[in-house]
Amino acid sequence: MSALSGLDPDAAEPERTSGVPDPTAPLTATGNLRRRLAVSRVLEIAAVAAAVLAVGVFFFVVYAVAERGLGAISFHFLTSDPNLVDVGAGGIAPAIVGSAIIVALATAIAMPLGVLIALFLIEYAGNSTGRVVRLVLDLMNGLPTVVVAFMVYGLIVLGTKTESGYAASIALAIIMLPLIARSSHQVLLLVPGSLREAADALGVSRWRTVVGVILPSALGGIVTATILAAARAAGESAPLIILDSLVIGEVVHINPLHGLAAMPLTVFNYLETGTPAAVSQAWGTALVLMALILAANVGARVFLARNRSRLGL
Amino acid sequence: MTSSDIELGTEPVSRRVRIRTADAPAPAPSPDRNGAPTAINRPAVFDVRDVSVFYGPKQALAPFSMKIYRNMVTALIGPSGCGKTTFLRSLNRMNDKIPGFGIQGDVLYHGHDIYGDGVNRVEVRRRIGMVFQKPNPFPKSIYDNIAWAPRNLGMKEALDERVERALHDAALWDEVKDRLDNPALGLSGGQQQRLCIARAIAVEPDVLLLDEPASALDPISTLSIEELMHELKPRYTLVIVTHNMQQAARVADRTAFFSLDENRVGTLIEYDETETMFMRPSDPRTRDYVTGRFG
Repeated sequence: MSALSGLDPDAAEPERTSGVPDPTAPLTATGNLRRRLAVSRVLEIAAVAAAVLAVGVFFFVVYAVAERGLGAISFHFLTSDPNLVDVGAGGIAPAIVGSAIIVALATAIAMPLGVLIALFLIEYAGNSTGRVVRLVLDLMNGLPTVVVAFMVYGLIVLGTKTESGYAASIALAIIMLPLIARSSHQVLLLVPGSLREAADALGVSRWRTVVGVILPSALGGIVTATILAAARAAGESAPLIILDSLVIGEVVHINPLHGLAAMPLTVFNYLETGTPAAVSQAWGTALVLMALILAANVGARVFLARNRSRLGL
Repeated sequence: MTSSDIELGTEPVSRRVRIRTADAPAPAPSPDRNGAPTAINRPAVFDVRDVSVFYGPKQALAPFSMKIYRNMVTALIGPSGCGKTTFLRSLNRMNDKIPGFGIQGDVLYHGHDIYGDGVNRVEVRRRIGMVFQKPNPFPKSIYDNIAWAPRNLGMKEALDERVERALHDAALWDEVKDRLDNPALGLSGGQQQRLCIARAIAVEPDVLLLDEPASALDPISTLSIEELMHELKPRYTLVIVTHNMQQAARVADRTAFFSLDENRVGTLIEYDETETMFMRPSDPRTRDYVTGRFG
């Protein structure tokens, strides 16, 4: 029996619903397919253009800052104190040191708290509590930095009657906290449940499991999240202007109880000064700041990759 | 081919093809051939009395009783969903975290109720270890995988020897002794599972529960796990869940067959010496299952 026996060649062509093509027609686009292809093409181009735009803007900023800033940068620029008389002959050593101290202090506050919050979310919080805490962290992440700085101003600067590096550190820690907590939470979520079961089945208590297995498995991601948060905080200027700007920063200071110079402040101040020498110093400082942040980002990613391969992930 | 190429396999060839013969004593012939559970002249490690298990309102296991004897391999077999893994995990309270889990009856372990008042489940698991279906080594070095739990449990003396002994006992030492610092996740699946067994016995538990320990492994690795169980039997009490009836026949001294009753509730159908279960089962459902005529 032939496979075609069911077909009657003399049967009338069946009525086709509109839009259903004649199966024997050539296989070129029919119906509204042309229009759909065009829409698809337009969307594709828009998506590619948006990606190219983002990359382009990034390289434009890097190029613009590098072009204007490279001229100001020298070993002398990086290691000397500012010259209050001849601005162009000075350096930004106090700002680099000050920024490092402020950000390190902020990280020292925010990282343990952020990781503990993430651990709370993953190990201890119930469903509804966890949802509330996550929502609060997201809202906190959206707080305008100027508002955070203003609050810290009210709490610390008004109390101590002095602007200081540590006040800035606290504001930056508040800015970093949700970033670290949320990313650490995401990383901890990736730790397979089978590892927890394995540790449970060995009769090891919960916190030792957390410290011995869960955290080490997620360490790379947590460190990366912290570095990225610190890089973001290093570039924040509103908290510094509000909490730590009554400094001259003429020599290197390291005591965060007093005002500390910082790179975003230096950029801001030199731009405000407006003389060609000062603006050149501002570009140079901006380039240093940007280079350090880029280096931190790249370093974080390299660390993460090496950590993963060391664990055999 | 270099020797290191060969080592990438699971085991030296001579071990792989070794066939187990009479090195394990055959279970003593049952005095009672009429299918009644045989009395055994051995101490029971677990005395399970009228235990039933629920997940929320749904009954997962109908009430049953059984004893699990010391220094024997007890296999739990049965179709998927019959509750054998649920039962295994109830023996060291690994089900506690599952929402809705509830258990009735007594699970007596050396006379103490596993679910009794004042029982700490961390202590339970310290004595009753578990090996899981999928190898789950920690993302640490081979050495640290074994040494981690002993360190945390205060067994810090002679740690190197303890690690070596555990790896020896798990028949893994020769393959990894030169790379103890390498990540455990770089091992093959069969090696990872033997590492997990080594990790479990490094804390010297009393009982080892194995939840389909070979189901994710190739036949050669499976064979080595089965051999391993025979070697561990003199020192541990082993309970194994398996889908593979040949495996139960090969490794177990006693076998329990679970199935689903007409309400789709897991039920213990029959529990006896493995030989009896496979050669002269007293329940037709057991016979249908072990001969492959299930359903």
